[in-house]
Amino acid sequence: MNGKDDFKIIGKPIPRHDAWEKAFGLTTYAADFSLPDMLHGKVLRSKYPSAKILSIDTTKAKRLKGVQAVLTAKDVPRNESVTRFGQTHTVGGGFEGLYRVLADNKVHFLGEAVALVAADTEEIALKALDLIKVEYEPIPGVFDPIEAMNPNAPQVQEGRSNIITHYEVVRGDVEKGFSEADVVVENTYRVQFVDHAYMEPESGVAWIDENGVITIRVSTQVIEHFRGIADVLNLPHNRVRVIGTYVGGGFGGKEDITVEAFLALLTYKTGRPVKLTYTREESILSHSKRHPYVMEYKTGAKKDGRLIALKARLVSDAGAYVYLSPWVLLYSMVDAPGPYRIPHVRVDGYTVLTNNTFTSANRGFGAPQVCFAYESQMDELARRLQMDPAEIRKINYLEKGEALATGQVLNHLVALKETTDQVLQVLGEKPLSKGKIRIGRGIASGMTSYGRMIFLHDTSRSHVSIEMDGSVTIRTGVQDIGGGQASSLCQIASEVLGVPLDHIKIYIADTALTPFAGTTTATRQLYMSGNATLIAAQEVRKTLIQKAARMMDLDPERLNLVDREVVDQGGSGKNLPLTEVIKACASDGLPLYHVALFKAPFRTLTQFERIEGDVFPDFTFGTHGVVVAVDEETGKVQVLKIVSCFDVGRAINRLSVEGQIEGGAIYGMGYALTEEVILKEGITLTPSFSEYLLPTSMDLPELETLLIESGDGVGPFGSKGVGEPSVCSVAPAIANAIYDAVGIRINELPLTPERILKALRKEENDENPLSRHR
Amino acid sequence: MSKTKLYPLKININGVWKKAKVAPEESLLKVLREKLGHTEVKEGCGKGDCGACAVLLNGKPVNACLTLALQADQQKVVTVKGIGTPDRPHPLQESFVKRGAIQCGFCTAGMLVSAKNLLDENPNPSRDEIKKAISGNLCRCTGYKKIIEAIEEAAQKIRQTIYDKR
Repeated sequence: MNGKDDFKIIGKPIPRHDAWEKAFGLTTYAADFSLPDMLHGKVLRSKYPSAKILSIDTTKAKRLKGVQAVLTAKDVPRNESVTRFGQTHTVGGGFEGLYRVLADNKVHFLGEAVALVAADTEEIALKALDLIKVEYEPIPGVFDPIEAMNPNAPQVQEGRSNIITHYEVVRGDVEKGFSEADVVVENTYRVQFVDHAYMEPESGVAWIDENGVITIRVSTQVIEHFRGIADVLNLPHNRVRVIGTYVGGGFGGKEDITVEAFLALLTYKTGRPVKLTYTREESILSHSKRHPYVMEYKTGAKKDGRLIALKARLVSDAGAYVYLSPWVLLYSMVDAPGPYRIPHVRVDGYTVLTNNTFTSANRGFGAPQVCFAYESQMDELARRLQMDPAEIRKINYLEKGEALATGQVLNHLVALKETTDQVLQVLGEKPLSKGKIRIGRGIASGMTSYGRMIFLHDTSRSHVSIEMDGSVTIRTGVQDIGGGQASSLCQIASEVLGVPLDHIKIYIADTALTPFAGTTTATRQLYMSGNATLIAAQEVRKTLIQKAARMMDLDPERLNLVDREVVDQGGSGKNLPLTEVIKACASDGLPLYHVALFKAPFRTLTQFERIEGDVFPDFTFGTHGVVVAVDEETGKVQVLKIVSCFDVGRAINRLSVEGQIEGGAIYGMGYALTEEVILKEGITLTPSFSEYLLPTSMDLPELETLLIESGDGVGPFGSKGVGEPSVCSVAPAIANAIYDAVGIRINELPLTPERILKALRKEENDENPLSRHR
Repeated sequence: MSKTKLYPLKININGVWKKAKVAPEESLLKVLREKLGHTEVKEGCGKGDCGACAVLLNGKPVNACLTLALQADQQKVVTVKGIGTPDRPHPLQESFVKRGAIQCGFCTAGMLVSAKNLLDENPNPSRDEIKKAISGNLCRCTGYKKIIEAIEEAAQKIRQTIYDKR
C-alpha cells in the first residue's frame, strides 16, 4: 500500500473541471439544448390510480394546427418489454422488470402515461392534451402493501400476484436463539415514500441523425437503456444512440427510463427533433419514489449485551410496476440484521404491487430503510439493558473475516469501532437543556454496499490515450450526475501518467463513441470505471516506460513519470521529456492507447428465494452522531449537529468525498424529519416543493465530516464508494437523539412535530411514571 | 385558435440590450431561456419554490419564473453570466469552484445570484445572514455547508480588495 505522501494528485482537494463551466453558466444541461425545427413533446397522464380505459379519442387533438403527432399504446411497436436496467447478463428469477411505455386498457397509478403529443410549440402541445378524450371506468384499487398481499385484494397487474417476490435469509435457529435471550425487543417500523427531488427535472432532446440513427441527448444515470429503447421501436440496437448530459442530480431517480422512450417514439414518427421536459409536478406525480416499508423487528440479546437472535419481516410497497423493487428488497435483505454478529437470524421480505406511484432506486437502495429499524432496535436494547448505546454496538460490530447472516465473509476492514469512537469524540459533551427545549444526542451505524450485486456480472471499460504533445484523452461511458464521477477519473490518469490535470480531457456518456462503463448507480463508478481507467492508464504507462528504458539504456524499474518527464529515480540524474518518448513510440507503431475492461467478481445464482453467500463486492461502513433540540411545546425538532465518520478506503478527491458525505447527511436529515410524498388512496397530496419539504439552508446544522482512510477498499488505490452510504444511518441517529432528549420513540418516519407531540401527550397521560425514560 | 397579441420587449441583459416579442402572460424565465438564448437561467419548479431561476432585476434578486417578462421591459437583468466570466471571474465563482460548493451545478446559477446580491449589500455577512440570503435557493447535492463557506471566503476576498483600494 502506498503511503499518502507518495501521491501527487490522488487525495488532494482539487476543484473539478466541470465545476468551472457550471460556475459560469456554460454547462448545457438536457433542457438547455435545442435544434432547428424542433417540436415539443408532452405526456397525457392518467387522472385515476386504478381504472379501465374504455376508449381514447385523439381525433380533435390531431386536427389542431401545429400538432405533428398524437400517439397511444397502439402506436408503440413494442409497448411492453422487459427492462434490464443496463446490465447485459441475463440473471433470471424476476430480475428483469416489466416495462410498459403507454397504458393500454388499464391505468395502474395516478400519472401513468396514456398518450404522447408532439407539436410546434409547448402551448399547442398542452392544448392538444386537453383535446384528447379518454373514457375511464374507475375500478377498485389497493393502496396498502399489507392489504395487497391478501389473495382477495384487487389485482394490480393482470395475470400476476401482487406479491412480486419473497426472499429469505436464514442463519442458525432463530427460535432457539430467542429462547436463550435475556431481553427481547419487538417493534414495527414504517417508512414513507420519498421523492429524489433533483433540482433538474427529467429532460431530453431526440433527433434522427444523417445516418438514420435515433439520437437521444438526455439527463440519465444509464445511457445503456439504448438497448431497451431500440426494443420499444423494434429497431436494431445500433440504430439508437444515447448521449448523456451532465446530470442536474440523479439520486437513483434517473436510473430508470424517464423521457427516452417517449422522445424516441415522437421523433421516429415525426422525423423531426423533439424536446420533452417534465414539469416539477409531473416529476413528483409520475416518476419513481423511494420504497415505503413496513418492518417488523424482533431482536434478542444476552444480559451482557451480546446479540443472539434477530427476526425481521419486511414488506415494501413497489407501487404499480415492478421496476427495481426486487433488487431494492434484496439489498434490504442482506443489510437487515445490520453490521452485527448475530448467531440466529431469520429475515423474510416481500415486495408488493399496489396502485401507488411506482417505486424504484433512491440513494441508499433499501439500506436506509432497514437501518432505521435495526439501529432503533439497538438503542432500545441498550435502554432495556441499561447499557451505553455505543457500548452495546461495539460489543456486536462485525469484524474483518466474520460473515454476514447470508454467509458472505467480510474480507476487508470493518472500521465501525473506529468510526464510532471518532464520532463520539467530536460530538463532545451534551449541551444542557433549557426549559421546554430538550437536548438529546444519538448515534447510529450503518453498512451499505458499493458496486452492483455480483450475479449481474458487472463490467466497465475505459479508453486512455496519450497525444503527440503529451496531453491525455479519456473516453468512457460514465454518466456524471454531480458526484465528480468524470473528474475523479482524470485524477487517476494524471497520477499514473505524470501529466498535470489541465492536460487531461475526458469524453463521457455516449453509447456510440465511448466504451460502455455501465450505470452511474449502486455507488459503482469510482470502483468500476476508476479501476478500468487505472488499468488503461497503467498499460499506456508501461508502453512509455519500456520505450524510455531502451532509449535511456536503464532498467525500467528505475523510471518514473513526473510532470511530463521520464525521470530516473536511481540517481543518475538522467531524464527525458515525455514527448520524445511518445514520438519514438509513434515511429515504432506502438499503441499510445489502451482500452481496459474491469470485471467485478462474478457469481451465478441457481435459486432466488433464499439469499445465501456472496452478494456484493464490498461494503462501506460508517457512523453518524447527532445533537438535536426538541421543543416539548411544539414537537419541533431542530438538528444542531451531525457528525459523520466513514472509512472511505482512500479519498481520491477530498472535496468530492466530503461533498458526498455532507450532502448525504442533509439528504438523510430530510428523510428523517420533513420529506414525505403523501398518497391518499393513490392520489398525491404533495405535488410541489410547497408541500414536499426539502431541507433549506435555514435547517443546516453544524456538519462535521471525518474520514478514515484504511486503504482497504476494492476501488482504485484502495478506495471505497461513499455516495449512497453517506445517507444510511442519519435517520436512526436522529430518532435516537430525540429519544435521548424527550424519552419517546417514534417508529415511523418522518419524525414530524405532530407525531412527536402526540407521543409526548400520550406519555403525559400514561399512569406509569416509569414508562418515560430520561 | 386565437392568436395572442405579442408586445415588444426591450431588456438589458448582462449589459447588452436585447429585443423580443412576448405575450403578456409569458414569464421572464421562459423569455430568457426560449427567446433570448439565456439558458444559463434554470427552471427547477416553475412556481417560485426552488430559486434555480433567480436573476437580478435592477440589482434585486427575483425568481424569473414568477416575474412577467413585460415587467422587465426597459429594465436591467443580470444572470450568472453577468456576474463573471472565465476571463474575469467573480470571487464568488472562484470560491464556489475551489471550496467544492458545486456538485450537479443545477442550483448554482440561482445560488450565485442570491450570494452576489448579499455581498453587494453586505460585504461582511454573518453566517446566519448568509443562510437567510440563500434560503430561497434549494440545493439537493451539497448539504449547503460548502456553499456557505464559499460565500464567506468570497466576502473576505472582496473586503480585502475594498481595503486594498483605500
